[in-house]
Parts: sequence; C-alpha cells; structure tokens
Amino acid sequence: MKHNLYIQDVTLRDGMHAIKHQYGKEKLKEICIALDKAGVDAIEVAHGDGLAGGSFNYGFGAHTDWDWLEGLSEVMTNAVLTTLILPGIATIDDLKKAADLGVKSVRIATHCTEADIAPQHIEAAKKLGMDVGGFLMMAHMNEPKKLAEQALVMEAAGADCVYVTDSAGALMMDGVKERVRAFREVLKPETEIGIHCHHNLSFGVANTIVAMQEGANRLDASLAGMGAGAGNAPLEVLVAVLDKMGAKHGSDLYQLMDAADDLIRPLQTRPVRVDRETLSLGYAGVYSSFLLHSERAAEKYGLDTREILVELGNRKMVGGQEDMIVDVALDMLAKKKEA
Amino acid sequence: MSKIKVAIIGSGNIGTDLMIKILRLSETLEMSVMVGIDPDSDGLSRARRMDVATTHEGVDGLLKMPEWKDIKVIFDATSAKAHIYNWGKIEPFKDKKIVDLTPAAIGPYLIPAINFEIDDSLRNVNMVTCGGQATIPIVAAVNRVAKVHYGEIVASIASKSAGPGTRANIDEFTETTSEAIEKVGGAERGKAIIVLNPAEPPLVMRDTVFTLSEMADKEKIRKSIHDMVAEVQSYVPGYELHQEVQFEEIPESAPVFIEGLGLKHGLKTSVFLKVVGAGHYLPEYAGNLDIMTSAARACGERMVKSLT
Repeated sequence: MKHNLYIQDVTLRDGMHAIKHQYGKEKLKEICIALDKAGVDAIEVAHGDGLAGGSFNYGFGAHTDWDWLEGLSEVMTNAVLTTLILPGIATIDDLKKAADLGVKSVRIATHCTEADIAPQHIEAAKKLGMDVGGFLMMAHMNEPKKLAEQALVMEAAGADCVYVTDSAGALMMDGVKERVRAFREVLKPETEIGIHCHHNLSFGVANTIVAMQEGANRLDASLAGMGAGAGNAPLEVLVAVLDKMGAKHGSDLYQLMDAADDLIRPLQTRPVRVDRETLSLGYAGVYSSFLLHSERAAEKYGLDTREILVELGNRKMVGGQEDMIVDVALDMLAKKKEA
Repeated sequence: MSKIKVAIIGSGNIGTDLMIKILRLSETLEMSVMVGIDPDSDGLSRARRMDVATTHEGVDGLLKMPEWKDIKVIFDATSAKAHIYNWGKIEPFKDKKIVDLTPAAIGPYLIPAINFEIDDSLRNVNMVTCGGQATIPIVAAVNRVAKVHYGEIVASIASKSAGPGTRANIDEFTETTSEAIEKVGGAERGKAIIVLNPAEPPLVMRDTVFTLSEMADKEKIRKSIHDMVAEVQSYVPGYELHQEVQFEEIPESAPVFIEGLGLKHGLKTSVFLKVVGAGHYLPEYAGNLDIMTSAARACGERMVKSLT
C-alpha cells in the first residue's frame, strides 16, 4: 500500500539495551525476517549505543555489529536496512563498513545541544549514498525553538530527516507537540520529521501520535516495546492505533502481534515495562539506557536504583556518560558511610 | 641564563591558554610570537595586550617576521590538516623543533609521565589528545604491573570547552586516542569515547579508564596507579583520582567479548579521574584544555633542556 508514514523498527537496536546487547545472530535474523514480512518500512540494527558501542562502558555485545549485520540485506525483501551511530563513539570508518554490509540508511545521534559534532558524519553518509536522519537525543533538555536550531544544523549538513528523540521518556504530549511544531516552522518542506519515544511515563504511543498529527511522518517503534527503560512505543500497539485512525501504512497488525508475543517477550529477562525504576527514568529525566547499569551498580554497592537515577538527573548527565553511574554510586556510598 | 624563544601557531582556546602558561609560569621559555589567521580573534588581541608579537598570516607570516630566526620551538595548536602544511614550511629550518598539539601525529606520541626520555635529535613530537594525556598514563600504570589486553577510556568534557576545531573533527579524537592507548599505554587493543555535556554551570572534565589485564596483585596495581597520578600532578596540578581504584574479576567461565580480541577474562580495573583546570584562559572546568597545554609546556621545556 502506498503511504507517507515511515515506520522504523528499533527492536534490534534500542531493544539491545533491554538484554544487555545479547541477541544471538540467528535469533536476530529471525526477528528481522519477521519484521520485513510484516511490512515495516525500515529495520535498525546495531549495538544499543550504535555501531562500535561494544565496550565496558556500555556493555559488550554477544557479537560485533558486523556479525549482526552480515547477511541481513540479502534476506530482506521490503524494508530498508538501517543503523545508528553516535559521533564520539563510532567513526566514519564504521559507517563505511556498515555500507559495505548493505546498510542503506543511518541515523546520526547527538545530544540535543551538540548537533555541530554531526556534520562530518552526515556528509560522509550522504557520500556513501545513504538516507540520513539526524537524531537529537534527550530532546526534553532543550526548549523547542533551540532544539529546532539544532535541527537546522543537521539539515544544513544534508540530513533527509531530523528526529525529536525523547531518550529519557520524559516528554509529555504538549512537549512533543511544541517541538515537532518548531521543527516544521523552520525546516524545509522536503525535510522529513521523525519521532522516537520511550514509554517511561506511559506516553510512548500517545506521544508518537501527537507528533504525527503535527507533521512527523517517520515513527519509531519496537516489538513489545523492546527498548531501553520502559521501552519504546510498542510497534504492534502503534499499528493497531494507526489502523483505528485510518492512517495509511504498510504494516500488518496480526503478524506484528505474533512477533511481539512469540519472538520478543520470551527474550526479556528483565521485563520491559513501567515499574518503579523505569518510571524514575521518565520522572527524573534520565537517559533510559542507564537503567540496567544503575541496577547493577545498586546491587554491587548496596544502594537504591531510584536514588542513583535521581542523582544522575540532578547532575545533568547526558547519554553516553554511563561511566558516571558507578561514580555517583561511590559518592553516595561515601556519604552513607560518613552519616 | 637566557630564555629560549618560542612561537605558537593557532590562536584558539588551546593556543591562547598555552601562551598564558608560558608567559606566567615558564622559567625557560619566552613567548615570542603568536600566530593566527584572523586578526580579530580573541587570542591575537589578547597576545597584543600582553605585548607578544603577532601575525594573522599563518606560518607564512611567521617566516617573514624578524623574530623568526631566534625562535627554537614552535607549538602548533591548529588542526591536523594545517599541521601538515606548517611542518612542511618549518622542517627545512634544522635548528627548530615543533610540539604538535593537533591529531596529525607526524612525530611520535609524547606523554610526559610515560615517555619523557625523548631523543634530543627528535624535531617533531605529538601530544595525542586531551583525553589521551589524562588517561593513557593510567593504562601504562596498569600495564607495568600486569599485561593489559584492552584499554578503554571515556572523556567527558564541558560543551563550552570544545572549540569548533574539536567539534568538526571528533573522529580524530577517537582514532588518535585509541591508537595511543596501544602505542604508548601498552594495551593490545585501545578504545576511546568522548562525550560533550552542556550542563550549566559547566562540569569539570572527567575521565574514566577501564582496563582488562591479566590477573595480578590488586595492591600492586593500586599503588602503581597512585604513583602515576602523582607523576602527572607534577605538571598538571589539577589532576586527581576522584574515587578509589575499583576492581572486578572477570572469570574464565563468564568472559567478555571484545571486538578484535574475542573472548577475554582477567582483571577489570576502573579508574575515575577528574581534571580541574588552572583557569588560565578558560575557567576551571576546562581541564581538557589545561592538561593538553600543561603537557605541551612540559614537553617544550624538556626539548630545550640541552640548549639552556
């Protein structure tokens, strides 16, 4: 079916966070095939922190990005194979390797105030013939007008689309509306707008729909919400809602429901849901990927996960600063001993 | 004893901070010329206010100045690309040496706390990166006790302390630092990550080092790291361990999968550092600037030792 909506699945990238980047190669391929068959427009594959994210800081993956990506483009018949990089972690060389493995689209992710570290990578991706999205993370930390200025930096470098990326799942519906509206006011009409939500305040689908109503056409979602924190907008739920709204898209609801329940839920060793820890992420405005790292630090040092998360929020830590979780935990431990 | 005359090419954050350090602190170096390309840059106007000769015509302008013949050391704080051009112009003058603060790395990497015993005939040395200066000494400190399989560093710097040059070439940071973790730090494989944080008030530079080494006596590693921190402090006073060294044993039964190395086990050492700047050009949060210029100054002074 011809449609303007572009649904990008992030189960195999953001979903990595939920299982400490441990998808097996065959399982990942099986999920990728199911998504492709179900008609999603794009499938993103990478370590949760993007290409080359495998590290002590973010967690080593079960495989390298190259092993995960290898052979996928050959089995996909419909969807675009995409990936993601964070400048500062991955380099243009990594992008080239991905292109060699058949990746046709990439998102270049930066903190919501640091778009000017991305032009080098955006230009390189365009030269490789890729479709390019700019991905402004932790969008709740920048006000709409200023966020739109950052979007302009990415557009000027050649991005085909710019995303409002609510990495902390901290935006409420008005916050999404204002940001997408600010983008639409300044970006060229041909530049697309995307939305990426986390479900920490239970707004995953609602925020995605609000963004769509304000002009966003690229919507991120994942099977059973498989993603960092309380997860992303659950793909099968989003598609059900789009069906009920009569919005045109290319995905099949029942196939996605089956994939979510049969393929994904059995993999979730820690349930992906709104609970006291993941709710704390949205409440304190903290990067969703900090969840499992903070739970581990809390266990190791005998502290409360929530308190660690709230303190990370107080210190205004941004995506990528996972090393500061243990640092905060050690500070809290020292304070406790003093008392 | 007369001081040795030096020039700085590049009037951005790094060049300007280095100029102030040489003027205020150096007993052996004399600031002769500040070289820029924009006559209105803050760095050049500051140099003029501090009675330092200036040119806004780059290295070509410097070569035409009467001061040129007496200059012995040139600090290059431009960009990797500009350094290649600058070195091409300076190389024929055999009495002059260059300290390269860009990621160009034509000469060998130099980190004062690790490989300061440089050969007097060496005419071009490279200062790696700010994150490399802060973290690679720690990798080397572990490696002198237990063989380091893998060294990983995370540098968090305040957005305000990252100039346009750094921002436009962030890959150069990750690539140069990773390579130096291996070549100077001694790790079999290196990985570097940089994160910019825009918080207000700006956060002081933080660096975290993770190593995976062969199993060894933890106390020996801890002591080696403390000794190394003291060594770096001798030229960067604001450098400190922010937390006690953390250890974790990674058993053979639950190894980690490291790209390029495969499944590895051993001892994971985590070191949390903080670098408070001296507040010479940018405020104290800019420890990244301070460690780079302090290391460069120490290096320049070392290079002229045989002349003074």
